[in-house]
Amino acid sequence: MYETIGLSVAAIFTLAVFSFLYKENPLYRFAEHIVVGASLGYSIVVTYQRVLYPRLVEPVSHGQELILLIPAIMGLLYVTRFFPRIAWMSRYPMAFLLGTGMGVAFPYDMQTLVLRQIQSTMIPLYTPGAPWFDTLGAFVIVFGTLSAIIYFFFSKPHKGPFFGFGSKVGIWIIMIGFGATFGFTVMGRISLLIGRVQFLLGDWLGLLN
Amino acid sequence: MKRNVPLMIAMLGGLIMMIQYFIPHQASQDVFDYYTEWAPLVGSFALILGVGSITRVHVHKIRAKAPNWPFSLAVLIPLYLIPLFAFFLPASIGGGTENPSLFDFMYSRVQIPIQATMFSMLAFYIASAAFRAFRAKSALATVLLVTAVIVMLAQVPIGDLLGRWLPDTGLWILRFPNLAAKRAIELGVGFGMLATCLKIIFGVERGWLGGAGE
Repeated sequence: MYETIGLSVAAIFTLAVFSFLYKENPLYRFAEHIVVGASLGYSIVVTYQRVLYPRLVEPVSHGQELILLIPAIMGLLYVTRFFPRIAWMSRYPMAFLLGTGMGVAFPYDMQTLVLRQIQSTMIPLYTPGAPWFDTLGAFVIVFGTLSAIIYFFFSKPHKGPFFGFGSKVGIWIIMIGFGATFGFTVMGRISLLIGRVQFLLGDWLGLLN
Repeated sequence: MKRNVPLMIAMLGGLIMMIQYFIPHQASQDVFDYYTEWAPLVGSFALILGVGSITRVHVHKIRAKAPNWPFSLAVLIPLYLIPLFAFFLPASIGGGTENPSLFDFMYSRVQIPIQATMFSMLAFYIASAAFRAFRAKSALATVLLVTAVIVMLAQVPIGDLLGRWLPDTGLWILRFPNLAAKRAIELGVGFGMLATCLKIIFGVERGWLGGAGE
């Protein structure tokens, strides 16, 4: 019974969302509003069960780790945002999260987004025994990355043999990259679409084996 | 007190967390452990702010009988009903979070199908956008179009039927030129992130203070 009703409800909501392909309509808007409320309701339950209860309520209710009341009080300061006269107090938890978050992110970003990327670009152009397309690929990696960076470098005019030619090659590389990303994204969405159609025709209507 | 103290908290917190990364000592690790324990706790309270804001907006719409106000009920009812059932009602009438329960039903039978369908619908919009944007008007647009077609065909069985070269070329594009472009973008993002981190830590970027009193 639970499964049958569940399947029908899921199918009706799937069709409600697909109805937007025709034009915006009340059924779609209903589904859109429901998902906003349901997502937030779900987040409340999950946040309490996975964060607040095990990390705050349980230890503090047993009289352990009372120091956890400090972040709890700091977190509660967010609520002051609703009272204009003391709304400035909500900046304290924001300052804590932003400041510490940025401090933690700085070395990690430096490592993952900058140093490791540079390191992976500094590869040998020719490896003995490697097939020709891998050698060509190594050239593309080294000079393509450099050219694309030149294209994004706007402090110098894109003229002359280095910046001019470099940025021209760079835009070609970027276009190939965008094309590949686009193709990849389309295929991802198509597979999701196939999944939904399979759900409607197979799981719900039982038309597929 | 209203501006300088938060800026100082951000600066001190940022500097401490940045420095602790470079100090291989137990005390430094303890600081990091406190952070990983405290940050999710503080952050989770921001949910109250979100729930409060959305409630205020929709209650106002309902009270004012604004256009389409009944849809606001579609937001508020599941928003409060799901936690109510999950926390306070027994499993015999659909409470709790196990399967079957209202919590599980709303997640697996409502939220997941709607979200998956919304994402899958992007296939139609992305295709229609491509039809307009990808017309081979210039050499660069042609490169974009050809690359996208090769990568798409490389991932489906018909690509293999057209010739082994197609999946191989698709893979080569993904492995090399695509990686080069992504890497350049990622480096740009990386430098941007580092600059933003420093700007927030040293109080150059103050947009996050908002307008909550001066």
